[in-house]
Amino acid sequence: MSKDFLSANEAAAYGVLLSRPKVVSAYPITPQTTLVEKLADFLAQGKGHFKYMMVESEHSAMAAALGVSMMGARVFTATSSQGLLYMCEMLHYVSGARHPIVMVDANRSTATPWNIYGDQRDVYAMRDAGWIMLFAESGQEALDTVIQAYRIAEDPTVMTPVMVNLDGFTLTHTYDLVDIPDQELVDKYLPPLNTTNKMDPNDPKTLCMTVGPDFHSEGRYLQQKAFENAAEVIVKADKEYAALTGRSYGGMIEEYRCEDAELVLVATGSVAGTTRIVVDGLRAQGKKVGLVKVRCYRPFPKAYFAGLENRFKGVGVIDRSISFGFDGTLFSEVKSAMYGSGAKVQDYVVGLGGRDIPKELIAQMFEKIEKRVEGVQEDEVQFLGMRW
Amino acid sequence: MSKPKVGSNVHIPTSYDSMFFGASNGVGCLPTVNSGFRTFHPVFDYDTCINCNMCWIYCPEGCIDRSSGRMEVDMDYCKGCGICAHECPKKCITMVRDGE
Amino acid sequence: MAINLKNLPEDEIFYGAKTCQGCGGLMACRMVMKVIGPKSCIAIPAGCMSATTTVYPQSSLFVNNTVTAFPGLASTIAGMSVGGEVMGWDEDTTYVAFGGDGGTVDIGIQALSGAAERNDNILYVCYDNDAYMNTGNQKSGSTPEYAWSTTTPTGPCSKGAKNKYRKSLIEIVAAHRVPYAATASIAFPMDLLRKVEKAKQYRGCRVLHIMSPCPTGWGYDPSKTVELAKLAVETGMWWLGEYENGEFRLTYKPKKLHESTEAYFKGQRRFRHLQPEDIAEIDRNRDNEWKRLKRVFNINE
Repeated sequence: MSKDFLSANEAAAYGVLLSRPKVVSAYPITPQTTLVEKLADFLAQGKGHFKYMMVESEHSAMAAALGVSMMGARVFTATSSQGLLYMCEMLHYVSGARHPIVMVDANRSTATPWNIYGDQRDVYAMRDAGWIMLFAESGQEALDTVIQAYRIAEDPTVMTPVMVNLDGFTLTHTYDLVDIPDQELVDKYLPPLNTTNKMDPNDPKTLCMTVGPDFHSEGRYLQQKAFENAAEVIVKADKEYAALTGRSYGGMIEEYRCEDAELVLVATGSVAGTTRIVVDGLRAQGKKVGLVKVRCYRPFPKAYFAGLENRFKGVGVIDRSISFGFDGTLFSEVKSAMYGSGAKVQDYVVGLGGRDIPKELIAQMFEKIEKRVEGVQEDEVQFLGMRW
Repeated sequence: MSKPKVGSNVHIPTSYDSMFFGASNGVGCLPTVNSGFRTFHPVFDYDTCINCNMCWIYCPEGCIDRSSGRMEVDMDYCKGCGICAHECPKKCITMVRDGE
Repeated sequence: MAINLKNLPEDEIFYGAKTCQGCGGLMACRMVMKVIGPKSCIAIPAGCMSATTTVYPQSSLFVNNTVTAFPGLASTIAGMSVGGEVMGWDEDTTYVAFGGDGGTVDIGIQALSGAAERNDNILYVCYDNDAYMNTGNQKSGSTPEYAWSTTTPTGPCSKGAKNKYRKSLIEIVAAHRVPYAATASIAFPMDLLRKVEKAKQYRGCRVLHIMSPCPTGWGYDPSKTVELAKLAVETGMWWLGEYENGEFRLTYKPKKLHESTEAYFKGQRRFRHLQPEDIAEIDRNRDNEWKRLKRVFNINE
């Protein structure tokens, strides 16, 4: 094991290197660039043993990745925002054909208004593309999650692509001390890809076929089953990784100081880190507050939220995306999964287009959810930290 | 006749366990014939045929078999387009209405 | 051994496809695969050739193959080629893409340009039937002027500056300095087969653009697929050439360049509205195009 001072993009690149993909196919887009540049550096330094396909678009990045995966080779790609939207068609091709591709998405707002900074509008727009969606909170988690992502994607009961989400700039471009596990350790954790869902010179296959109404629903049912299996595999993959490295992220959900909490905030990605600090501060003042970090958005930790029942009095959700005409994107899922719970819920839409989410704003959310529990009637969905 | 036969390599799933995985399947699976496309079928006059292979190369279906030494048509997969008859330099192929 | 009709293998790689009667596209695919043989992987985008060959549980292809997205054909086959390389597949495996004209010169051209620039080891085959035929005959960048299609109804839509020149795919890919590119026609099988044989021997991005009439879209009796394709070449409405070692070469000299193109248009429903003055205009355009082509091919007459 070695330590290095790395940005989350660079840490993720180490995760990729250690996962030994045979091919990387990628197209540059801010804020993903430093990740794919780091991979090119690895090649230049003779560290990487993969082919690098410098494709001419994101659509081709994913189409080429599909081609590689169809030959049975492990492949990696990364993108962000408009690039993710551009490759949307291929996301569906890959997931329906059950190819275990791993991609990093550097979360960024979607135009227009054109904006290169972080929020989570890009990934949530891809909600139903059939990809497993994990979120990392730190550079270390980015590295570890990429390795776990291959393990999850390639599990024979899952065989579904995984998107690892890193908040643009706030995570992708911030530096932290990161443990880089030894290759032998990762090799123990992640065996080479073994699949029958590939072309074979001795047993030729037709892949990605047309399936009409007669068998289509059955195929989709199997995809849903794969996601149900993934819910277990994600937890197992995290536990086994912890056994090797000592680092665990809770699988689908991580609770922070929730044991006796009355008020909690639900968050994804880097804002979870800020929320921890706010929780610590409020705890020091005697407030019974906690953080629920959603690490996995698809499959959604439905059982967890359904099981909350009346455990918390108030649940607020930090949303970095909104589904116009409805709720914040994460909030609508949380609320739906908590159906029947007695807890008061409220949604805080913040941090759009890269706007900072300071500690004071998070503290304000705790105040708001507390008031809500006390019976103060306010809008369920609120934009916070606004100019006016 | 050395052409693939109808029914070759066809497995219709009967349970989730026997379903295709990720929309993948074997190759060369022919569940049904194409003769339903056809109104006329080619009839060869072997006395005139010189085995020039023009019908064989132009047949879009590849359903003319020459492995026996003379041109034989796989009537399961001939769609009756008539290109063979139209292109035959010896005019030794006649398109005959099916059933006649 | 040079290829001839007698020594082509008996095995079919496309068999039992549900294409229309007399499909020129299927004929093109079959001819190409006769030379390429079973040591190959095929990718086909959403379109006629996938909708008729690989509808579960049917698979009318007899080698490794896949369907892929319309704009992603060239990048998918490029990925397969790189994947095959890293997985240690034999070097003489040919990775073949079969796209229609819409999937190639329009929506797929960016991916093809990328693959050509990277010189990925692929054989890209465009079977050109002059329009988007799987969706019911809409105009593509390869639809000739005056042709009726469902989106170029007869009249101002089907003629004029916007429709005058179909995209010259071979010149576009030649501008990428690919090792080999050629145009071909299903009506000239020996010319076509030799070009496939040549393409097979190169490594890198090779492109074949094959004219393949569509009886359903063009509106003619299916038995006349070859006849029409032949007339297109003879009247100069399509040409047979190749690009190799940085040079263009005409591989067949058309016999009816000095005659009217009318013979080609007769019998096609999509051209039945043509008036003598339209044909005269087409003839003039054809003559101008050939003046240009002769410069491209370095032909002095």
